[in-house]
Amino acid sequence: MTAEAAVKYVTETPEEEVKRVSAWINTEEYKEKNFARQALVINPPHACQPLGAELAAHGFEGTLPFVHGSQGCASYYRSTFNRHFREPAPAVSDSMTEDGAVFGGQNNLHEALENAYTIYKPKMMAVFTSCMPEVIGDDLTAFIKNARNKGIVPQDYPLPYANTPSFNGSHVHGYDSMLLSILQTLTEGKKIEGRCTGKLNLIPGFDCNTGNYREYKRILKEFGIPYTLLADISDTFDSPLDGTYRPYPGGTKLEDAADSINGKATLTVAPFASAKTFAWIKDSYSGVHASLPTPFGVAKTDALLLKLSELFGKPVPESLKAERGNAVDAMTDAHQYIHGKKFALYGDPDYLLGYVSFLLEMGARPHHILCSKGTKKVEKEIQALLDASPDGKGCKIYMGKDLWHMRSLLMTDPVDAMIGDTHGKFAARDANIPLFRFGFPVFDRVNLHRAPLIGYQGAINMLTTICNKFIEVVDETCEDRKFEMMR
Amino acid sequence: MRQIAIYGKGGIGKSTTTQNTVAGLASLGKKVMIVGCDPKADSTRLILHAKAQSTVMDLVRELGTVEDLELDDVMKVGYGDVKCVESGGPEPGVGCAGRGVITAINFLEENGAYTPDLDFVFYDVLGDVVCGGFAMPIREGKAEEIYIVTSGEMMAMYAANNIAKGILKYASSGKVRLAGLICNARKTDKEYELISALAAKLGTQMIHFVPRDNQVQRAELRRMTVIEYSPEHPQAQEYRTLAQKIYDNKMLVVPTPLEMEELEELLMEFGIMEAEDESIVGVAESAAV
Repeated sequence: MTAEAAVKYVTETPEEEVKRVSAWINTEEYKEKNFARQALVINPPHACQPLGAELAAHGFEGTLPFVHGSQGCASYYRSTFNRHFREPAPAVSDSMTEDGAVFGGQNNLHEALENAYTIYKPKMMAVFTSCMPEVIGDDLTAFIKNARNKGIVPQDYPLPYANTPSFNGSHVHGYDSMLLSILQTLTEGKKIEGRCTGKLNLIPGFDCNTGNYREYKRILKEFGIPYTLLADISDTFDSPLDGTYRPYPGGTKLEDAADSINGKATLTVAPFASAKTFAWIKDSYSGVHASLPTPFGVAKTDALLLKLSELFGKPVPESLKAERGNAVDAMTDAHQYIHGKKFALYGDPDYLLGYVSFLLEMGARPHHILCSKGTKKVEKEIQALLDASPDGKGCKIYMGKDLWHMRSLLMTDPVDAMIGDTHGKFAARDANIPLFRFGFPVFDRVNLHRAPLIGYQGAINMLTTICNKFIEVVDETCEDRKFEMMR
Repeated sequence: MRQIAIYGKGGIGKSTTTQNTVAGLASLGKKVMIVGCDPKADSTRLILHAKAQSTVMDLVRELGTVEDLELDDVMKVGYGDVKCVESGGPEPGVGCAGRGVITAINFLEENGAYTPDLDFVFYDVLGDVVCGGFAMPIREGKAEEIYIVTSGEMMAMYAANNIAKGILKYASSGKVRLAGLICNARKTDKEYELISALAAKLGTQMIHFVPRDNQVQRAELRRMTVIEYSPEHPQAQEYRTLAQKIYDNKMLVVPTPLEMEELEELLMEFGIMEAEDESIVGVAESAAV
């Protein structure tokens, strides 16, 4: 490369100054200033409510996610899913523009409903909002009632809708609100006294790992428990490539979702991503209701299997007992490579709780735990996990912080690896540590969403990925004389 | 070009005062444009002799987009060659009227409505500065002079003080200044003295005391300003005087709004309000002994 072609700094800042500042942002002094920061957020590891709402919509059969708001917002949600799953995410927007902002979005909504209903023939449209209609106070309830009265959609056509302002909460809350509205819409008038479907309703929450959904289904199949997943995105975002494009390749059947109100039991394995939905279910659904943490690691998977066994009066199948043994064996074989290692973690509350209990089981230390939209309740639950293990001593939780805070933590109080999503790759690079992409979104690796993280299989997967990476680092960095066959 | 914004409590007579003053300026040979910033769109009817001018947002609604709109469609010329534009807005209760004002003013700017031959631009703004949209006329590069229309009524004075608070916020970051209070008299007790005192407290002046006169209503019934309807009437002279005073005005200040207690003290001083008797607050008539 010639001298001219080399990258030039845009500013006139002298090289020494650049070096000084580069070193300074790694110091304790800078960390203190960084943590005193109030008016600015840098690289927060969460997305906005409507993105979560769209995921919930994709989890139902023949359902078209419908954004009431501007086009650019709709593109952002879709492209995020495109990049993560490397699959299309069909969704529409009613394309509100300047005049929509002034006059309100009813005309946009009506015209778009009519078009989408005619052209894409969805079985259901799930409507959610971007910021603009929320700021101007669009009344979705009235708009949708008017659409029915004008005959734009039939009176009984399912049109669940959720208010999902982006400037409030996160993708997890949007997911919850949309799921709630979908279930309320589909189950309306479907409760039959004395009827029991004999099925389990399982709520996986905001989860962009299609492998996890398959794993839940496999576990339930092993048990012989009939189930309805609320909601199921596995076939939507992991469908066979056979040359035929299908706009709605997967999702929970609408009639199953409607009948879920007569279920034998309803179980959420994502208490934070389904808080509102589950609260409503407890008041409305037949059968028993239970809430468990997302089953990351052996202990939480045990809890899930025991709960299933209890709810359905079936013994834990031998096949799963054997899998547990396999997982324990994998842990024993691998523990020396992970024991005592320090980790930095960030992500959604349900996933974070999962990482923490998995790592503690392995004798690893979840040293920095960061959540950009965490609550006191999340913090308490994580702290309880830390307090229950000797490896939790000295580990710290950072609520409402972002990945620039995380960078300061990594530079001043180093760890061996980080667990999160693609957004952390810059901090991980600066800290020269591996980043394990178990979270969402993953833009820079392929097919990770197909490998489950939950259950015994998930524990084996995570363990294998982590430990082999550590071994690889040794191989790549050790002196020649220490480069050995055995590790 | 001087850009002037008129604020004041709803129903205080902003539009009437603005149009009569503008007519006064026009009769002095000045070139003026009025920009109505109120979804009710009644800021130009006396100048245009029209029931209602079609507004920027009306036409946007018809065309479906602001991009296809042309300046000639929305700008009308009335008495004394005064140019008139109304922003308009959505139906009550839907959409965002504030955004309508922003859209309309942006449209006027982008399409060259602010021609160099204009001596004055007047913004007649909805009663309260309820959101950012209604502060659009006093953002950077727009009106730097604000007049507040008020009267000796207590609520009008509260509103004037609140508007002064809003101006203070914009004044600290920009060039917008309070230029005076216009007292649109309601014949309340000691009105002249009271508003003069309020003006002094706010650090400004009562630029003019417009007496109450039914000639204004007689002219309004004919959709005219007094200046046009009866130029020789003493009330027409009052508006011409106000116009001249605004033309000559150099007193532009950063206002010093009052605390609630101060304002109430002022009202008590002039006997408008009694000293508060805490024992009667919140006691219903039937419960009082």
